[in-house]
Amino acid sequence: MSENLYLYILVMAGVTYLIRLIPLTLFKRDISNVYIKTFLHYVPFVTLAVMTFPAILDTTANRWSALGGFIIAIILAYQGNSLVKVSAAACIAVFLIELIIC
Amino acid sequence: MFKIKFRGLRIMNTNRMQWKNGLCDGIPIALGYFAVSFTFGILAKKAGLTPFQAVVISLTNMTPAGQFAALGLMGASATYLEMATTQLVLNLRYCLMSCALSQKLDAKAPFIHRFLLAHGITDEIFGVAVCKSGKLNPFYNYGLMSIAIPGWTLGTFFGVISGEVLPAKIISALSIALYGMFIAVIIPPAKGNKILTGIILLSMLVSLLFAKLEVFHYISPGFKIILLTILIAGIASFLFPIREEQEDYPAEGKSISPSLREGSLL
Repeated sequence: MSENLYLYILVMAGVTYLIRLIPLTLFKRDISNVYIKTFLHYVPFVTLAVMTFPAILDTTANRWSALGGFIIAIILAYQGNSLVKVSAAACIAVFLIELIIC
Repeated sequence: MFKIKFRGLRIMNTNRMQWKNGLCDGIPIALGYFAVSFTFGILAKKAGLTPFQAVVISLTNMTPAGQFAALGLMGASATYLEMATTQLVLNLRYCLMSCALSQKLDAKAPFIHRFLLAHGITDEIFGVAVCKSGKLNPFYNYGLMSIAIPGWTLGTFFGVISGEVLPAKIISALSIALYGMFIAVIIPPAKGNKILTGIILLSMLVSLLFAKLEVFHYISPGFKIILLTILIAGIASFLFPIREEQEDYPAEGKSISPSLREGSLL
């Protein structure tokens, strides 16, 4: 495996980079179509929501600690706290809950 | 001439500030990355990779799902075509993100920025950058990348060399950091916005269905994200197009997470 390992890396890095690069370089001008613009505006919300749930529930060592972190994050985010605070609070919640129940 | 010099200086200062803002907003990304790539490092070691090889993979790919899948493929001595196809399917969502990010950039900005920014299009960096109001300054993204990429790479390195040093409880707690950040990105703009709230709830619900129903288990996680994004964002944009001409979306004037606004960091 080791002799062609760097070729593997080259292939995967190349493909991944091109996926990222091509749209950035091809669609330079502002899109005027309302539907496409709206679509692109909604994209991150759907993508991030889909990635977060239900995956977040399986990310920690325990489902209940994950659920706790999830709820804490939603409450703090809803109050408009910064990324760092929401993230840190979720981590601390998970840590504390696992300290108690594990 | 004096004026021009002054203007140049001011742009430089703005870029510096943007870079710093990016660096700060990138801290949770880096923490989350560290935890995730730490796990990647541990698995890479099990797959027989040296620390250098694992770090090179992380540095050149910056893609969680793709890298984890790659370990399996390497172990199975898959063909290069299989490797390319897997990466394409798992990472095609970056294509959508790249399209959206392209719209946020100033069309007149130097072209070279696009080549540099491209490497930093990950779920997290994109999610944070795209929700900034107005045009995007590439230096903000460079700030995010300057801390997120080391976080990802160092996490991999330490995962390979010291899999068992960090207590499991700490790894477990850190691994939720990324999701906490996602939530901090999508919730504030949805506050008081029924359409966005509906989109987020529907996305999570359908995502849950995909995870629970066995019919959908053939679909890879990366492809599931693309499919749902195109479906839900597509239908929503058809039903609720945003017609205002101004830069602002209904959500934006109000409250993007405060850290995303210029100036206020923490």
